[in-house]
Amino acid sequence: MSPRETGSETMTIFSPKVAARFDALVLRYPVRRSALIPMLLYAQDEVGYLSDSVIAEVAERIGITELDVRNVATYYSMLRFKPAGKYNIQVCTNISCMLRGAYDVYERFQEELAIGHKGVTPDGLFSLEEVECIGACCWAPAIQVNYEFLDEIKAELVPGIIDGLRNRVQEDEEESDA
Amino acid sequence: MPRLVSHPDEVKIVSRRFGQGAANIERYIELGGYESAKKCLEKGPDWVIDEMKASNLRGRGGAGFPAGMKWSFVPKQSAKPKYVLVNGDESEPGTCKDHLIFLHDPHAVIEGTIIAGLAIGAKMGFIYLRGEYRYLLKITEKAVADAYAKGFLGKNIFGSDTEFQIITQTGAGAYEVGEESALMESLEGKRGVPRIKPPFPAVVGLYGGPTVINNAETIATVPHVIAMGGAAYAAVGSPRNGGTRLFSVSGHVERPGVYELPMGYNLKKIVYDVAGGVRGGRKLKAVVPGGSSTPVLLPEEIENLGMDFDQVGKAGSMLGSAGVLVIDDQTCMVEFALRTISFYQHESCGWCIPCREGTDWLKKSLTRFHAGFGEAKDIDNIQYLAENMLGRTFCPLGDAAAMPTIAFVKKFRKEFEDHLNGKPCPFAKHVEMAVI
Repeated sequence: MSPRETGSETMTIFSPKVAARFDALVLRYPVRRSALIPMLLYAQDEVGYLSDSVIAEVAERIGITELDVRNVATYYSMLRFKPAGKYNIQVCTNISCMLRGAYDVYERFQEELAIGHKGVTPDGLFSLEEVECIGACCWAPAIQVNYEFLDEIKAELVPGIIDGLRNRVQEDEEESDA
Repeated sequence: MPRLVSHPDEVKIVSRRFGQGAANIERYIELGGYESAKKCLEKGPDWVIDEMKASNLRGRGGAGFPAGMKWSFVPKQSAKPKYVLVNGDESEPGTCKDHLIFLHDPHAVIEGTIIAGLAIGAKMGFIYLRGEYRYLLKITEKAVADAYAKGFLGKNIFGSDTEFQIITQTGAGAYEVGEESALMESLEGKRGVPRIKPPFPAVVGLYGGPTVINNAETIATVPHVIAMGGAAYAAVGSPRNGGTRLFSVSGHVERPGVYELPMGYNLKKIVYDVAGGVRGGRKLKAVVPGGSSTPVLLPEEIENLGMDFDQVGKAGSMLGSAGVLVIDDQTCMVEFALRTISFYQHESCGWCIPCREGTDWLKKSLTRFHAGFGEAKDIDNIQYLAENMLGRTFCPLGDAAAMPTIAFVKKFRKEFEDHLNGKPCPFAKHVEMAVI
């Protein structure tokens, strides 16, 4: 594989905005490769997961092999190789959250969504993950929905959280119809 | 937005701008911001390092190494560029202080980074945030952009002929990257596998150049040290432990939260006064004093314990990241030990065998034990296995997993014995936990 030539017009799988961001990102650091981890995460934000074509394009943009990209990507727990739900619900069950009832919260999510760890609902709307400490220990139990933190969650709040997210989807759809 | 707390015993230095809107650069300047950086530019690197040494400011990431001394190790002349690296990969369970710093006072981190750069003669600094902190990364990126727009960063900072650039960086989920050499690997676009030391980062660090790497709280403290004067800052704390500490108090307390208290403040008072005591009037069973990797303490051990690096060390534990976890008498310590080791097993990078295999076997043993299938000899085996991990790994993750495990077995042996002979766990309902 040959490294992408700077300035050449290559086909991209990313939106113009993200592609432009990546063009800048590789030039930002003293070493091109330093852009790799942010680029993978931002690519995942747009595409949903690290698909073969994401890995191929990132490898080309950085100028390293696809194998090298995969080798790095598998190390980081936020990077995934299959799609998650539109709302990826991450329940921290680490010690501070556990002491304040995180497992009850996690179990309730499992029941309500009828999926387990790293499961995705059939409609693709939700996925669920039991995660390690997310740095919200004093506001435990805490969860993250994609990148958004929700603090001081109780099991009985879970159905309301799920409904709220469902409504958000509807609002988004109504907005795009309007 | 995470809840802010307050207590009359607090000495607010690092947290003094929390809740004041200081993420806005104009507001930060109004509150005295960037004056310390200007002062350092005027006084020069030797003066800055002397003030830092006088402050007794010790590394807030957990190791407690004196920051001024660390800075002074960077060679003055270097063929390769020097760097400042801010570790905002806050991941130690029980710790959420940097979360608030980036949320409420990102300019303090930027100003501290500039000062560190001036002190060691670096032209570039990196602020690395864990990937989960995306909203905090956005706040920090905005703050950096505003600092550039004001001319506080760039080719000629504050109108001088000194250059300093800051680049923000996101991680993507890895506890191990909080280790300094693993963080540098990650920033270079690699797996976060730690490097062997020596050479230390001060000599060969990021991109092979001399690098100062400090915790975000340490860096956010620097402008205050300069503003107060090193000696005045030191006077706030206890001997050889300058200033204050942001204590993340979590678990079974009435008022969990991040409290800023002077170094040496009594741990029992933190639990009972500051955080309002054990939740629901229950009895205290144990306290983990400095994040999940620090050995657990019994109620009688916290009586007269001053929370600084030296006193907690003497008590057989560590101040660590100052994440105080409070555990009540309804908690199963075998389950707690299992959840702790499950974390380290998940986060071990797999590079060193004692850590990779040790954490995995400890998790397996504890899982079986907690489920009621343990044998009496397992208790000693768990301790033996953990003891044989100590000091045998590249980075401190092996020790971080082993140390608390040894303490759980030693101090709560009876609870382990209560799980023997097929007896169900006397406390827990999550017996199937971690069989994933």
